[in-house]
This record gives sequence, C-alpha cells and structure tokens, in this order.
Amino acid sequence: MTGEIVIASISENTCAGEENWVDSRTIYVGHREPPPGTEAYIPQRFPDNRIVSSKYTFWNFVPKNLFEQFRRIANFYFLIIFLVQLIIDTPTSPVTSGLPLLFVITVTAIKQGYEDWLRHKADNAMNQYPVHFIQHGKLVRKQSRKLRVGDIVMVKEDETFPCDLIFLSSSREDGTCFVTTASLDGESSHKTHYAVQDTKAFHNEQEMDALHATIECEQPQPDLYKPLGSENLLLRGATLKNTEKIFGVAIYTGMETKMALNYQAKSQKRSAVEKSMNVFLIVYLCILISKALINTVLKYVWQSEPFRDEPWYNQKTEPERKRNLFLRAFTDFLAFMVLFNYIIPVSMYVTVEMQKFLGSYFLTWDEEMFDEDTGEGPLVNTSDLNEELGQIEYVFTDKTGTLTENNMEFVECCIEGHVYVPHVICNGQILHDSKDASSFFWREELFFRALCLCHTVQVKDDDSVDGLKKSQLSRRSCIYISSSPDEVALVEGIQRYVFELLEVLSFDSVRRRMSVIVRSSTGHIFLFCKGADSSIFPRVKEGKIDQIRSRVERNAVEGLRTLCVAYKELTAEEYSKVQKLLQNAKLALQDREKKLAEVYEKIERDFILLGATAVEDRLQEKAADTIEALQKAGIKVWVLTGDKMETAAATCYACKLFRRNTQILELTTKKIEEQSLHDVLFDLSKTVLRHSGSLTRDTLSTDMQDYGLIIDGAALSLIMKPRQDGSSGNYRELFLEICRNCSAVLCCRMAPLQKAQIVKLIKLSKEHPITLAIGDGANDVSMILEAHVGIGIIGKEGRQAARNSDYAIPKFKHLKKMLLVHGHFYYVRISELVQYFFYKNVCFIFPQFLYQFFCGFSQQTLYDTAYLTLYNISFTSLPILFYGLMEQHVSADTLKREPSLYRDVAKNALLRWRAFIYWTFLGVFDAVVFFFGAYLLYDNTVVTSNGQMFGNWTFGTLVFTVLVFTVTLKLALDTHYWTWINHFMIWGSLVFYVVFSLLWGGIIWPFLNYQRMYYVFMQMLSSGPAWLGIILLITVSLLPDVLKKVLCRQLWPTATERIQVKIFFILKLVFCITSL
Amino acid sequence: MAVNYSAKEEADGHPSGGVGMPGGGAGGGGAVKTRKPDNTAFKQQRLPAWQPILTAGTVLPAFFIIGLIFIPIGIGIFVTSNNIREYEIDYTGTEPSSPCNKCLNVSWDSTPPCTCTINFTLEHSFESNVFMYYGLSNFYQNHRRYVKSRDDSQLNGDNSSLLNPSKECEPYRTNEDKPIAPCGAIANSMFNDTLELYRIDNDTRTPITLIKKGIAWWTDKNVKFRNPTGDGNNLTALFQGTTKPVNWPKPVYMLDSEPDNNGFINEDFIVWMRTAALPTFRKLYRLIERKNNLQPTLQAGKYSLDIAYNYPVHSFDGRKRMILSTISWMGGKNPFLGIAYITVGSICFFLGVVLLIIHHKYGNRNTSADIPN
Repeated sequence: MTGEIVIASISENTCAGEENWVDSRTIYVGHREPPPGTEAYIPQRFPDNRIVSSKYTFWNFVPKNLFEQFRRIANFYFLIIFLVQLIIDTPTSPVTSGLPLLFVITVTAIKQGYEDWLRHKADNAMNQYPVHFIQHGKLVRKQSRKLRVGDIVMVKEDETFPCDLIFLSSSREDGTCFVTTASLDGESSHKTHYAVQDTKAFHNEQEMDALHATIECEQPQPDLYKPLGSENLLLRGATLKNTEKIFGVAIYTGMETKMALNYQAKSQKRSAVEKSMNVFLIVYLCILISKALINTVLKYVWQSEPFRDEPWYNQKTEPERKRNLFLRAFTDFLAFMVLFNYIIPVSMYVTVEMQKFLGSYFLTWDEEMFDEDTGEGPLVNTSDLNEELGQIEYVFTDKTGTLTENNMEFVECCIEGHVYVPHVICNGQILHDSKDASSFFWREELFFRALCLCHTVQVKDDDSVDGLKKSQLSRRSCIYISSSPDEVALVEGIQRYVFELLEVLSFDSVRRRMSVIVRSSTGHIFLFCKGADSSIFPRVKEGKIDQIRSRVERNAVEGLRTLCVAYKELTAEEYSKVQKLLQNAKLALQDREKKLAEVYEKIERDFILLGATAVEDRLQEKAADTIEALQKAGIKVWVLTGDKMETAAATCYACKLFRRNTQILELTTKKIEEQSLHDVLFDLSKTVLRHSGSLTRDTLSTDMQDYGLIIDGAALSLIMKPRQDGSSGNYRELFLEICRNCSAVLCCRMAPLQKAQIVKLIKLSKEHPITLAIGDGANDVSMILEAHVGIGIIGKEGRQAARNSDYAIPKFKHLKKMLLVHGHFYYVRISELVQYFFYKNVCFIFPQFLYQFFCGFSQQTLYDTAYLTLYNISFTSLPILFYGLMEQHVSADTLKREPSLYRDVAKNALLRWRAFIYWTFLGVFDAVVFFFGAYLLYDNTVVTSNGQMFGNWTFGTLVFTVLVFTVTLKLALDTHYWTWINHFMIWGSLVFYVVFSLLWGGIIWPFLNYQRMYYVFMQMLSSGPAWLGIILLITVSLLPDVLKKVLCRQLWPTATERIQVKIFFILKLVFCITSL
Repeated sequence: MAVNYSAKEEADGHPSGGVGMPGGGAGGGGAVKTRKPDNTAFKQQRLPAWQPILTAGTVLPAFFIIGLIFIPIGIGIFVTSNNIREYEIDYTGTEPSSPCNKCLNVSWDSTPPCTCTINFTLEHSFESNVFMYYGLSNFYQNHRRYVKSRDDSQLNGDNSSLLNPSKECEPYRTNEDKPIAPCGAIANSMFNDTLELYRIDNDTRTPITLIKKGIAWWTDKNVKFRNPTGDGNNLTALFQGTTKPVNWPKPVYMLDSEPDNNGFINEDFIVWMRTAALPTFRKLYRLIERKNNLQPTLQAGKYSLDIAYNYPVHSFDGRKRMILSTISWMGGKNPFLGIAYITVGSICFFLGVVLLIIHHKYGNRNTSADIPN
C-alpha cells in the first residue's frame, strides 16, 4: 500500500483556539515518519504509556509528606509552637508539645505511606501488563509501559485496551467490535465501535505493517463531560467483548489517555462539624493571641518600675539585661503564647480522628444493615463525614436501582386493546382468547415479531455466527446482554422468528425510539419501531390507538415502564429509497448526526400501531417506610431520574413521596410550551407562597397542605440557563423558593450532569443546606461526588457508585438507620466531643492566665510539667473518647421509631454560637472558681493542722486536682448511657490521676533535675481544708451546669428530652411493677 | 449543553461521572466486610447500660442533701475559724513612729545588725500551741526567674552538683569562680531577720522558748534535702571548694550549731526554699509549745518582739510581719471556707425549693407530653 491515508478521525470541536499550543498532533502509524528533510516535519514528543497515580517516590516521601502535612494549618501551628519552645527560653519544655506532634505526624505519615504503597503496587501491575504489538510485520509481546504513540496494537477478546487507540480493523466481517466500559463508568452494556473505513480490510500483521498512514487528532482533552469519544476511538480501560481480536493504533498514551486525564483525586469533603470546629479554633486562636498580648503589655507596664523588674532578690543575668527591649517583649509574647497554647490542643485532632475512625466501625458492624441476599454490609470509604449523616437536610435519590429493585419483570402486553398476562408468554405459548377473531392473529404475531427483532440485544455466545438461530437452540444456556434491561426481559419471553436484518435505526434519547428494517422469509420488508409512547403515538396513522393509549397511561400511572410497538410495511422501491437516504447520511463527513436524525425522521412515520408492553420495576422493600421516616425527620427528599414523568410519578406515589393529599405542581416542558417559563414559575410560586404565608410558623402538623413538584430536565436547563438580559439569578431564586416550600420534588428526564447540577444548585443556595445523594449507577456518580455526603448502593449496575461514594449500603432501606440512628449518634457524639475539648482546655488554661496577675507576669506555670503534658493525653482523654464512641442519649430503637428526633440536631444545633459561647463561658466560670477558690483558701493563711506552709506547687496541684475532677464529672453528668466501659473510663481516669500523682510525688526521680513535686500531693491530701476546698470547688463548678440542664429540660424541653423522660418513667414503672 | 440522557431504561448514554482509575486510590478508614458482622452487644451498641437523666425530680433530693450537709459543715468551720487566736504585727517600719523605722533602709552587709523592739499586748490568751510566722508582702517568690533558680540535685546532696551547680542558678551560680552552695536566687535571698519574743511581766522580760525544729515538712528535711556526703561529718570539709551565697553573712555550714539542723537540712533554709504561691505569704518561723495544762501557752498581757532587722524590703515596697497563731484541725484563721460552705449550702437549699416549685408547676406537663407513639 503506497497511498497516504489521512485519517482525520478525531474532529471534536475544540475550543482551544485561544490557547497558543499546537492543538493537534500528527501520528505516523507504525512510526513511518516521512524521510527527514521533507516539508517542515517537527517530531512531536509523546509520553510513554506509564501510568502514575502514586504521590510519592521512595526518595521524596519524607520531605514531600512532611510538607503536605504541615500545610494543614493546625499542624503548622503546633510546629511553630514547638520551634518557639526549642529556640527561646519558655516556661514549658519542648517535649510537652513536641511529643504529641511527633505522634500525630508519624501516624498520618504511616497511613499515607501505606496508601501510596498500595497505589505503587497497582501502578506496577498496570504498567507491566503484557501487550501485543506489531513490529516489522511480526507480533511482539512487551510490557504495557513501553508502548509508544504510533504503535499498532493487537487486542484479543476480554483484554483491556492498554491506551487510547484508533480502531483500525476487527476480526469481525463488518469491521465492528463490542466494548464494555464497565471499569471506566460502570456501564456493563456492550457498545459498538466501528473500524476506520479505509483500513477495515487489513486483517493480519503483515497487512497492518504495510499500512502507511498518518492521523491528525487533537491534543488530549481532559474534559470530563465530553462524550467519551467517537465511534472509532477505543479508550484505555475499556474491555473488548464478543470480538476475537482487533488492531488499533495508539494515539494517546500513559498520562494522556482519557482515563488518566479524567482521573482526579476525590476532592476533600469537609463536614459541617469540621467547619465549625475550624471557626472555633480561629476564635480560640484570637483568644490565645489576645491573652498573650494582654499579658505582655501588662508585664511591661507592671515592671516599668525597676524594683519590680529586677528586685535585689531576683537579679537577671548579664545577657538578659543587655537584650534589646523589643526583642525581649517579642520573646515574652512568644513565651506567653507557649504557656497558653494548650487552649488549642493537639490531642483534640488525635481524638477526633480516632473517634471518627473507630466510630465508623459501628456502622460496618451493624447487623441490621447487613444484607443477607447479597452478603454485603455497609462500607465506609471515608470516616470524615460520619457526623454529617446526622445533619442531612436534602436527600437526592436516584430512582431505578435505588428506590426500585432494577429487576425488570414483564407484566403484561396489550395488543390491539387486548391485555395479556405474563406467565403465558413466559411459557412460550400464545394465549388463545376465545373471543379473538382469526384476523387478529396476524397482528399479534407481528407484535411479537417486532419485539424480537427490534432490539440490540447481544447473545453472549462464543461463536455466534448467527446469533438468533444459535440462541434458539441453546436458549437456556444463553445470557442476554443489552444496554436496556427492559429488552432483556422481553427477549427472554419472546424469541421465535428468523428474519434477515437490513437496517438498524439505532436508539437515541432525543427520538426515544428505535427501528429495524427486516426482510421476512416470504420476502416482505417490514419496518418495526419500538419506543416511548410519546414518540410513537404521533407517528401512528392506524391501529387501536385510543384503547392502547388508555392502557399505556394506566400502566404508567401504576409505575410500570411502558413501550409501544408499531410497524409499517415497505415496498421494495420504498426500501431502496430509504437505503439510499441512510447511506448518504451515514457517509456524510459533516453533521452526520444531524443528517441521520433528519433521515430517521423521514422514515419513521405512518406507522400502524401494534400494541404496548409493560415491564415492572418493583420498589425495594421498605422504600416507602424509609422515605416516610426521612420526611418525618425533616429531610426533603428529591427523586432524580432519567425516567419519564408518569412512571417516575407513579413510583413516587408508591413510595409515599407523594401522598394522596399532596398537591402536585408541574414544571415540565409541556407546560412551558403552553405558557412562558416566566409565567409558570410565577404562578407556582404564588400558589406555594400564598399558602405558606397564611400559616403560622410553628405548625408542623401533618394536615398542612404539602406540595410536590415535578420538574423535567428540559425545564431545568431552561431555569439554569443564564438569561441574556443579565437577570440570571432571578429564575433560580424563584425556583429555589418554590422548592423550599415543597415537601417532595421529583426531577425526571435528568441527564447525569443535571443531577449534579441540581445538587449543586441546592448546595449553594443561601441556606447552604447539607445534601446527601444516593444512587447505584455510574450516572449517579457525578451527584454522589457533588453532594456533601455521597452514598452508593452496592447494586446491580457495577460498583462504580459504591466506589466513588463516601459510604455504601446494600439497600435503600438502610438509609433510614444510617441517618436517623448512626448519623444522629455520630453528630451528638462529635459535637459534645468538640465542645467538651474546648471547655476542658479553657478550664485548664484560664487559671494559668489568672495566675500571671499574681506572679508578676513572669510566665510561671501554675501546674507541674507532668500535669501540663499529661492533662490532655491521659487524665482527661479516654473518658471523652469513649463517650464519643458509646454515647446514646436516646436508644437506637427510639430514634428509629421517632424520626422527628432528627430535627433536634438539624442545622448543626449543638455547635451553634449560642452553644459554643455557653460552653466557653462555663469553662471560664469554672476556671475562675478553681483559681479564686484556691486563692481565697490559700491567701495568707495556714491550711495544715501542723502549722506548716504549702508552696506554689501545692497551690497548682490543688487547682489541678479540682480541675481534673470537675472536668471528668462534668462529662459524667453529660453521659446518658453508662456502660461498664464508661464507668471504667471515667472512674478509672480519676483513679489513675490520683495514683499517678501519688507516684509522681512519692519518689525522688533520679533523672529529673528538679524535685518540685516531691510529696506535694500527699501533703495536700493530709490537709483537711484542702479536702473541704476541693469538694466545695467541684460542687460550685458543677452547680450552674446542672441547674441549666434541669431548668432547660423542665421549661423548654426538646423533643429528645421529652422522649428521654418518658422512657425513664416507663422504665421506672416497669421496675415498680416487677418489684411488686 | 451536551445532554447525555443515560437513564437506565435506554441505550448508550455515556455517563459523566468521575472516572476512577481502576485499582487506584486506596480507600479510607472503613474495613471491607465480606462476612456477616458478629452479633455481640458491643458491636451492635447494645451493651447493658444505666441511663440516668437529670430531671428536676431526680436533682431535687441532691440539692437538698447538699444544702443539709454543707450548711452544718460551714457553720462548724466558721466557728472553728473564729475560735482561732491570731495576732499580727507589721514591723516593716515605714511609718516614722515605728521603732523599726531606723532600720528601713538597712542593707545586707550592715554589721552590726540593726535591731528594734516592738511592744504589743495580747487581749486574749492563746490556749493551745502557738505557731510563729513571718510574713512578707509584695515579694514575688513565684516569679518564674526566681522559682527555677535552684538546683535540687545540689540540695539533695549530690556531690557533682555541689561543685557544678545547674545553669538555672545563674546569675547566682558562681562567685569568684567558686560554685555557690546553695546556688540560686531563692537561697541567696533567704530571710535572715531574727525574731525573739519576750513576755513583759511587771517590767521583767521573760524570754519565751521558741522551738526551731518541726517547722519544715518531714519529707523535705529527711529526704529531699541532704547534706553532701563524704568522709566524716565535718560539714566544713564537705562544703570545701564552694562559696557562700553572695548575700549571706556566713556559709551554709554555719547556719546552726546543731549538726542535724545545719547545712542544707537547716529547717529555716528548707522552709524558705519552698517557694510561696502568691506574693503575699507567710512562712513558719518558730513553734511555741504549751508547757503544761494549767497555763495557756501565751497569757493575755504585754509582750515585746525583738527584731534583728537584716532583711531589706523597702526597696521593693514590701512589708514584713510577725504572726502568732493557734491552729485547729483545719489550719489557721480563714473565714472564707466556712462562709463559702454556708453560702453554697444555702444556695443549694434555695435552688432545691425553686426546683420543687417548678417541678410541681410544670412537672406534669412534661411527663405526659404529647408524643406520638
């Protein structure tokens, strides 16, 4: 072959015009570059076929990982504190902050290192995968990573394409091949790809090697939402099916393949709790800085008198004296920062991480969420969002496979107005209705013929030369694969006739129908068409239209998926005309799609209606119960589906999303065609707002009129489309306003991207509600990634959704327990944990701050170093961690039974500013009680019965003892669920503190250079007033909180508290009865 | 907009989700479950538990009980505290009329020491053992630079620390190239006034025996503070190679004549070394023991206090006091604890009453709240 073939195959319109780089690449098939010197040939460099998904290499792991970790603001802050402690003379030793920091950094590094090692392993497996390609007319095996652009590759059946290929030829006669992109997008259906026309005749290595061609194609495009490629582009990651082998030429390799370009690390989702935590942190950072500033300023004011700065008994060293004033002031500021830095504890991050990580196991362990049928339990892909499950305000659910089983069952068919029941057909017989006229048989037969012929079902068979014939023989062993589950169900039922296939007018979602042209054994040419009712009825010219239409509508209302079948007979002339039209359109180089559509439009008309089928997709068990519970919990449920409105609406009724008394508002294309979008929107909003306006705020009663909105994809895109006149936000706001007042919304005819758009629209609306998206298919991935929490159903349509989700559950019904019980628990637990952590550190550090006023602002610590280090690590860490794991303020059963309790924690109720300020003030109050209580107890008096005096360390120990006890008992007061573990942890911590203090002060520790704590604790315990003081101060510190709890419960009880009381009394009653 | 309808009922729409790399990212926290989870109470979060709740009903008794316990305790403490005799003399001498006014600007090395005498009268007799304290005000023993300026190893008798004291002692670490024993600012500024008490009976001054042992913690005296060890018990030899703190008139081994109260284990020294928590503090100076059961330890009457005024406090606006006090089981005179107990007890009692009213008024409403079943 000598002629130069230019395969201009990839001609997607690029918008790269504004960029300067070369926007196309020239590929010389088989590396047959033109001889050097001819024309202006610039060799282009392409990467090799290596895939790198790992982040680190062996060498850069330590520096890069450390860099990444210290980019987190909290880690960086602790590093700075640690460095300050190392450099300047600070009141506390660097160990106190260095050790916990080292621990956190190490654990994280190990975790990330392990994950990266797994990625390395996966990369290696992919890069070393053997690939066949042609070199000098021979087939050679090489590792995948050695593949280069321009190589001709051979791929056998069931192999995965090693890079993006241009499909040159196939072993199949017609130059097609079948491909499944299950591992790319989760769709297991087989897609047909076509070889390049000019090369489809090349069948073996030698012919391939002789090929002399260049390919002009655009530079790799990462655009995720562009169609995955034209019909002769085979993508890396897809698998060849039902085709013995194909040849292709590599055009994009390695990191330039569509798969690699589309690979993106899942963006970090952060929960609302984490966001509030960060805000609180900033508040505390401000408090910290202002504390340090106040103290520094006061220090210099105070010591402006030289006798205070340097009294005769306390001289400075020479270097200290000589130091510059500003430098001294700055070091003092830093020293105060270090002294008070415990107010933002490292241990909080460790505890929160541990609480989330360990807590997530309760989800995976939950027996009720385990599905016996599939043998699957819930999966936790990230434990970062546990508490977000308790904060959901909007649930976006997919319909098929999520609300429904995605298990199609043939229910009935209606031929000429007569209805047939399913089992008859399944038995392979045709029911003879006694009333039937014989002329009817012919139509009936045609109907089934149409159904068997008009499909793209592939028979999975090893040597399917004649698929239909073969499948009839070995019917039971065959597996039918199709992109549409409806068809499988139909074909399994009806599989009878042999026709010669002439043309396929393939399915597309705009026409919503497909046709085949066949020649029967008798030589008649038929066109069979099958499609959605809305696309068939307008094209029908005869048949029992009214009867069938009413039947179809009834079926749709019942939630069945319907399909209409029609046919027409073509004469030979007509057929040849059709054939010509099709041929012309197919060969068109430009606007082929458009031309084809025009031709189809011309051909598919004047049908004779045959009948309709109905296939049922049953609701998942307890779907209705779950949705009802979610709605009671104050969660708005939106169903997003690609299905048609009637079917989807029927499902919504069936699963109680819409109830009988729900007033349905429609915002569909049909309506918009009648009126303008503007009018429709304003009408709807008027309806909705009039009602909500007349109602008083506090009515949550069920008899309130609720609205359900139905919107379709086309209407949505109209709303989303920015207006030319700039009033773009207007419709969106109006739409959101309507949605806010609807208890349920159904979005039908949604494209996957639109699902994500909807989620984004709600997510970014002005209340910033927390959203959850749940789905099972690859088309739900975009919304799963978009929503705050993405949940995948481990379902039939591959694991794509489950893999991209944050949590995966086996069935939709498990969502109820996941949100109402686990989510609620997680939220209550973590919010208490966060608040408590701040509280206990305010209690811890504020006395330290107050002490500065009594020690000449000298940064003297109130507590011993051991206490400073261990306070957050051992004395007060475990009780709160286990509270964070075990707490159940109401039992799980109650939460499930009373979904309305979910409202009590909605909108981040436990972490609002009011709650935060309450906790902070409680901390400050307690700290003031500790410090001034001890101060008044000590002030210029004797507190021992032998007249001896205590020093500053005893004073600090007294404050610290009161602190540890108060803080632990405060948690005890908050604990509602005392298992033996809680008892063990709370009392154990206190005992540990006492034992540790006795031990710490009991020995002269040889490795320490100070013995300040020697016998301090024991001396304190030997003093009566110290005991009395400790008891008094603990009581006073706890009193306000107890009072607040009791009063709030008594006067303004929340629903949760009412339930608690109720159950409490029931239990008491039961106890009384049993004890009688 | 490229609308890809890829609903499942239809043929090939290309999904547009994020395409993950097969085998790419390793998952996060959860564990992959293949088997049915164990049905243990812990894993199913069904551990038996006590579930108390704080309601007015349950808290009420607690409030009353606290009130009923705290008020008597408070009264007890208050009465005890009131029965304690305490007498305090400020002998700083800032007022020109004060006998010690002449000594106000005394310096460390004034020899002979400035002495002054203050006469006072006790209105009531002190029945039980009397404890004699000296008190200092505006003296920051809790200043960080001061607190850390000591070497506990040296004080514990470690011989290497004796000759090479810790850096923390700077600038009181060495003097004329000799290590200071005991080093540091605390030791250097040891209180060195001498107080003597006389009873004036018809113009005769009877000295009152002041016991100087038993004023320091037993553990400090016997464990934490140790003289250096070596051949023999001659302290002078053991402290060889060290020098006295700059402000001291005599070295540490000459603090007392009795060997078991000399050197580092001198009780006055140990008491001083326990740094006070607050800038106004008192330290135990001497004990006055009751001789017999017939006489009170200190009868009501006239007394005089002889002071060898060595310790300068005027430069930093400080005050010096001498305090005589009896001690009860709960220490010295301190009305705070008693009053606090009575107050808290009363508040609890009062709150109990308030809660009782609230409980009766609102209690029924909440327990029978309309909760849908």
